[in-house]
Amino acid sequence: MTATEDRATAAPNVAQTAEGAQEMTARDLVSEAERMRELGAVLRMSEAEAALEADLERAPGDETMIINMGPQHPSTHGVLRLMLELRSETVLRCKPIIGYLHTGMERTGEELTYLQGPTNVTRMDYASPLFTELAFSLCVEQLLEVEIPPRATWIRMLLTEINRIASHLLFLATNGMDIGAVSMMLYGWREREEVLRFLQKVTGLRMNHNYIRPGGVAADLPDGWRDDVLRLCEMIPPRLDEYDILMTGQPIWRERLQGVGVISTEACIALGITGPILRSTGYAWDLRRDMPYLAYDQVEFDVLVGTYGDCFDRYAIRLNEIRESIRIIHQVLDAMPKGDYRVQDKKVTPPPRARIDESMEALIHHFKIFTEGFKVPEGEAYVAVESPRGELGCYIVSDGSSRPYRMHIRAPSFTNLQALPHMMHNGLLADAVAIISSVDPILGEVDR
Amino acid sequence: MTVSAAGDQGGPVGQGLPAEPTERMHGVPVTRPRGQTVLHPSREEYLGVVGALRDEGYLVCLDVTGVDYLAHPGRTDLPPEITPERFEVVVNLLNHRARSRVRVRVQVPEDDCRLPSLWELFPGTEAAERETYDMFGIAFDGHPDLTRILMPEDWIGHPLRKDYDSGRIPVQFKASAERPVDLPDVRGTEAR
Repeated sequence: MTATEDRATAAPNVAQTAEGAQEMTARDLVSEAERMRELGAVLRMSEAEAALEADLERAPGDETMIINMGPQHPSTHGVLRLMLELRSETVLRCKPIIGYLHTGMERTGEELTYLQGPTNVTRMDYASPLFTELAFSLCVEQLLEVEIPPRATWIRMLLTEINRIASHLLFLATNGMDIGAVSMMLYGWREREEVLRFLQKVTGLRMNHNYIRPGGVAADLPDGWRDDVLRLCEMIPPRLDEYDILMTGQPIWRERLQGVGVISTEACIALGITGPILRSTGYAWDLRRDMPYLAYDQVEFDVLVGTYGDCFDRYAIRLNEIRESIRIIHQVLDAMPKGDYRVQDKKVTPPPRARIDESMEALIHHFKIFTEGFKVPEGEAYVAVESPRGELGCYIVSDGSSRPYRMHIRAPSFTNLQALPHMMHNGLLADAVAIISSVDPILGEVDR
Repeated sequence: MTVSAAGDQGGPVGQGLPAEPTERMHGVPVTRPRGQTVLHPSREEYLGVVGALRDEGYLVCLDVTGVDYLAHPGRTDLPPEITPERFEVVVNLLNHRARSRVRVRVQVPEDDCRLPSLWELFPGTEAAERETYDMFGIAFDGHPDLTRILMPEDWIGHPLRKDYDSGRIPVQFKASAERPVDLPDVRGTEAR
């Protein structure tokens, strides 16, 4: 409900940690300058535009109402809580309140060795777990300054692209469900399950794989993997065409999404927003193409952009990114080299099980790696990958021991949530659901 | 911390060895650990340097985070003229046109944990600065809404500080009548 705490008492005080309310402040307690700062400074509006907005904004406090949406609301993708200020059905202001899923994973990361690290980070973005593992592993490898074998690189590319498909299918399913196309939910989950079945075959788990590890990947691809991938690549495109019939071309679907939740390129850049939301505004920025990691400079694919920056563009971009991923996967299948799937450095990689029975040295290495862990040279590094939600970065500080001194994940959903107030401003309450859905936040990653 | 004698470590180039003059960018020392560019402004220079970087084309501020160096005071990756402090704020900037990244590391002393906010330059740092405040207790002057973001608003302590004891914290329930009024001071207890 309305936050009653006075702004004046909310002055930051480090020593006593007596913070003000995290909640949205009632309109009467917020000055107009402050309200305009919420909008204008971010959106870089001209004075004339700001004045126009101010007229719309000028509503007495008793005409508006602050309501809570979430944290337990089916459309909030977990435990997102929004405080919305409404005038009848129009959303005037919005404030996301997060932290309900905070489990201190960055702190946990400091207690785990580098080898145990992926087990922890994979639980952050549970819809695309391999990307967090990838960012973590690339960052550790950057600190170790080791080069991973080509086969490991291409396996990583294959698996992350398949994971991207699963993540976007999840988006299509929940997006349909949120907007009322409940049958889409069933189709999206059905296809995603097929994809997860392959991931399960490779990694042993449907989610939270702990498969990409510093030094390579946990295991080589299983027998028959190529047929499985080909089967997926054959199965999914016709289903995407079905989605096009079911949703993309359908007038009701378009009415519901077009022109809803519009955001500009300038606002995205100012807010640090990345991924499909940034691309939906017509700005082609994809780390895979623009700052290639792994072997993305050796594959051909298109970076998809929208035009209007609305919910429909974001939907269409994600749908078509599945097609681009399949294109990449076909190229990965052709290029998949033979060789090791992890670095053959005995200080970093555990020895194969069979060697432990024969070699004393292998046993010692095995013991050292699993009790103490391998040591990483002192220093710090930041590495970013393009996750289905945007730039996913990992910042690690090492003090030369076998555990990260500080491990920070730059989660795209965390930053992208800041777009909500701007997308929802002066929109309808009913559109709020479509907008949350189109941002595609994963709360595990937001709260970490 | 400085490396005692140049060359005897055989470390990577550009780690701030005193023998070679430190490279400068926008008037502040630069190091290049592992091929990444890191700027080390002082607290006074911080806002100016980030503003200059933005004007140069680093239009996206991806991330603001902190590090507490309490348990690792003797770090060697700082240029010689920078005095290590307990806290460090790390800012990641991205230049789309040049396709390059820079990182800004500012030292923040323990007895005066504050830093100007980047909010006026990059509105997108709002959530990240709140998180840094929440986790490390570093206050950002000029931030429009400096409240906790991940922890409950009446939480005591800053969880990512190295002297914050992990694992042995009494559970703080907000609405519980038996909530201890004076929680035991967890600082100073050995974490590991």
